[in-house]
Amino acid sequence: MLRFILNRLLLIVPTFIGITLVAFLFIRLLPGDPVILMAGERGVSPERHAELMAQFGFDQPLLKQYADYVVGLLHGDFGYSFSTKKPVLSEFMARFPATLELALCAIVLATVLGVAAGILSAIRRGSWIDQATMGVALVGYSMPIFWWALLLIIFFSTTLGWTPVSGRISLTQFFPSVTGFMLIDSLLAGKPAAFWSAVHHLILPTIVLATIPLAVIARQTRSAMLEVLGEVYIMTAKSKGLAQRRVIWLHALRNALIPVVTTIGLQVSVLMGGAILTETIFSWPGIGKWMIDSISRRDYQVVQGGLLLIAAVVMVVNLTVDLLYGLINPRVRHR
Amino acid sequence: MNASSIPRGRKEMRLINTLLAATASGLLLAGAAQAKTLVYCSEGSPEGFDPAPWTSGTTFDAASRTVYDRLIEFQKGSTETEPGLAESWEVSEDGTEITFHLRPGVKFQTTAYFTPTRDMNADDVVFTFMRQFDKESPWYEYAPGIAWEYFNSTMASSLKEIVKVDDMTVKFVLNRPDATVLATFPMDFASIVSKEYADQLEAAGTREQFNVLPVGTGPFTFVDYQQDAVIRYQANPEWWNGKQAIDDLIFAITVDAGVRQQKLVAGECDIIPYPNPADIDGLKGNADLNVMQQEGFNIGYLAYNTLMPPFDKPEVRKALNKAINKHAIIEAVFQGVGTAAVAPLPPTSWAFNDSLTDDPYDPEAAKAELEAAGVTDLSMKIWAMPVQRPYNPNARRMAELLQADFAAVGVKVEIISMEWGEYLAQSSAKDRDGAVLLGWTGDNADPDNFLGVLLGCDAVGANNRAQWCHQPYEDLIQKAKTIFAQEERKPLYDEAQVIFKEQAPWATIAHSIATVPMRANVTGFAQDPVGIHRFVGVDKTE
Repeated sequence: MLRFILNRLLLIVPTFIGITLVAFLFIRLLPGDPVILMAGERGVSPERHAELMAQFGFDQPLLKQYADYVVGLLHGDFGYSFSTKKPVLSEFMARFPATLELALCAIVLATVLGVAAGILSAIRRGSWIDQATMGVALVGYSMPIFWWALLLIIFFSTTLGWTPVSGRISLTQFFPSVTGFMLIDSLLAGKPAAFWSAVHHLILPTIVLATIPLAVIARQTRSAMLEVLGEVYIMTAKSKGLAQRRVIWLHALRNALIPVVTTIGLQVSVLMGGAILTETIFSWPGIGKWMIDSISRRDYQVVQGGLLLIAAVVMVVNLTVDLLYGLINPRVRHR
Repeated sequence: MNASSIPRGRKEMRLINTLLAATASGLLLAGAAQAKTLVYCSEGSPEGFDPAPWTSGTTFDAASRTVYDRLIEFQKGSTETEPGLAESWEVSEDGTEITFHLRPGVKFQTTAYFTPTRDMNADDVVFTFMRQFDKESPWYEYAPGIAWEYFNSTMASSLKEIVKVDDMTVKFVLNRPDATVLATFPMDFASIVSKEYADQLEAAGTREQFNVLPVGTGPFTFVDYQQDAVIRYQANPEWWNGKQAIDDLIFAITVDAGVRQQKLVAGECDIIPYPNPADIDGLKGNADLNVMQQEGFNIGYLAYNTLMPPFDKPEVRKALNKAINKHAIIEAVFQGVGTAAVAPLPPTSWAFNDSLTDDPYDPEAAKAELEAAGVTDLSMKIWAMPVQRPYNPNARRMAELLQADFAAVGVKVEIISMEWGEYLAQSSAKDRDGAVLLGWTGDNADPDNFLGVLLGCDAVGANNRAQWCHQPYEDLIQKAKTIFAQEERKPLYDEAQVIFKEQAPWATIAHSIATVPMRANVTGFAQDPVGIHRFVGVDKTE
């Protein structure tokens, strides 16, 4: 197992180098000059343009810029945002807890409901429950997120008044940020009303963000379960007279979970990258919109640093998924 | 209560008096306990809280218009100015010195991170501008990559020095008479900051905090900012113009226009900016809301390249202008929330020439005039911006409508577009092929900000997308810049606009109409023509 973990950890080094290169080149290959974009319609004189390019270091040869960037990284310096003049790391850390909190809630909801729906569909294969569940999953998967979100807002927030339209917490709740997670900070501040307000605000964005992963997980669980339920050892277990519940939970599910865990891991990675539409619609102050805005502004250092930090989180998630494989399937760790 | 029902007995009277007193004190206590909060659902996050380095209206609303004051202010809801932190000012006879007399007794805000020990004085004013002007100042580059774009593009070239005459008097010395400099003092980059606070941060080695935790003299004191989510302010109890009726001001950052509208309807916001044009009629029909509208201080235009044939001929440009159905564009592109532009200046400008008439929509005349000018089988390009702006919410659609209008007079149009940075750079080129869709939103109330910045000879190859340098026009606008008296400048700008119409370097398309919906119980809000949102004098009824 230790060798397995070490192998996975060693793979991180070349992956990181690759990401720094891709992030660095990707933003520079896009057309558009950051200084001209910053000036907008107002324009900028050639002299001032040259002065600003020098000030931001964009006039240096690419190789020198890359070397400076890597040296900075090795010193823990992710650079400064060209547009806000603040350190990239502090900009990222100010937004990441919001993305993480929402992504975790969404993935928990998607996993619990998705796995349950997938199992139910598989064991009731061909029944109306199966048809209905997979039909709903297909609709969930195909539905445009912005439309779905607005529909929920109009129904639950504006018409029924059950949930707030957007935001992370009621504007009347005000307490110091310790971890950046509203659910935790509200409890640390000893404000149960604030905690419930945070829960209340999480409901709609969680549902919206969980919709696609839920559909994917449900479909994946169903097909994995169907495959496993057709295996000889399941028939053996059944013919031995084991209870249906025991066959499903102990024998079928554990083996069916391997592809499901992969799917969940991939979905977490997608959500960590920033659920741009959900964050925008629900005014959720996460990293998705920050990254998109930075790309459109050609904010080189934010895009480089942001991509690297997101990649780091995704790698941690993937490593966790790999370790989970090892736990679920001993063949993986002994390979 | 009916008068006849009042008991007349002494005992009963005492009881009623006691009850009334108790009710009144209860109400007073309740009123005192319940602070008035105004929630403004803003459209985006501020870039920072030091107003001078930034250029976006979102930042100005959140930073300068709440926390800071300026020497001269725009009057509420107007492009006229009024005294701010300067009680009065005078311009020397030769127009090269502007002397400000500061308002005494103005206090900087006391916050959790700064307690002022003195009132605002000339040191603060000199520091405010010198940190942007003096490259040797330690504050010139106090955060990595900080730049003073508005100061550099408006005031810097005319400014020679800033002199502290005494504690309450500051003199700005100019290189040449330039009336446009006076117009820049109500702008956001000219917000007066505290030198004492800056010194404190410098001593602590935390200069970057200047852009994060602001201290000003303005109507609201900064309390807290949750990144991309909420900004909190409290009414400044010591504001020189009196404490505001609103106790707490909250900016709830809500990027999506549709969601802002839903939050307003649900009562989660009191005021929202920039609703979707398509939603405005629905908002107007809601009895719980009040929708304010005013012509925006902007212009959307189509700039021909007057250096390239056949657009070097005014008669060709004027003929094409007659082929444009502006009303169809306003309906389709602005969804009715715009007005046809007659001149390059918006009608809300004091220099707008209201004797001008718009080009008639007359395709037949356009066709005949093109033929008379010897133009047949003309093919041209129209550049469509890839971004959305108030002065042009959908440039692609506008270009398609222009394509159809021009096709009706026998002109073939190819629509081109490109990445925004490239668009801005390439559309400035003197040898650019085709006519460009672009626009402008006024930075300040000075007419030169439109007529000079966009159409002056100095701007050819840059902001002058028509590449139009016409000496009679240039002479008028240059002369107007040297005159400080508005009534003397006005006739010069009137004449310049007449020349503009004769020469037609642009097809002036439209001015957008700015819309601000709010809850019906919000009082005292006024739309500012230059597009800022400020909350001085705003209140809420129960």
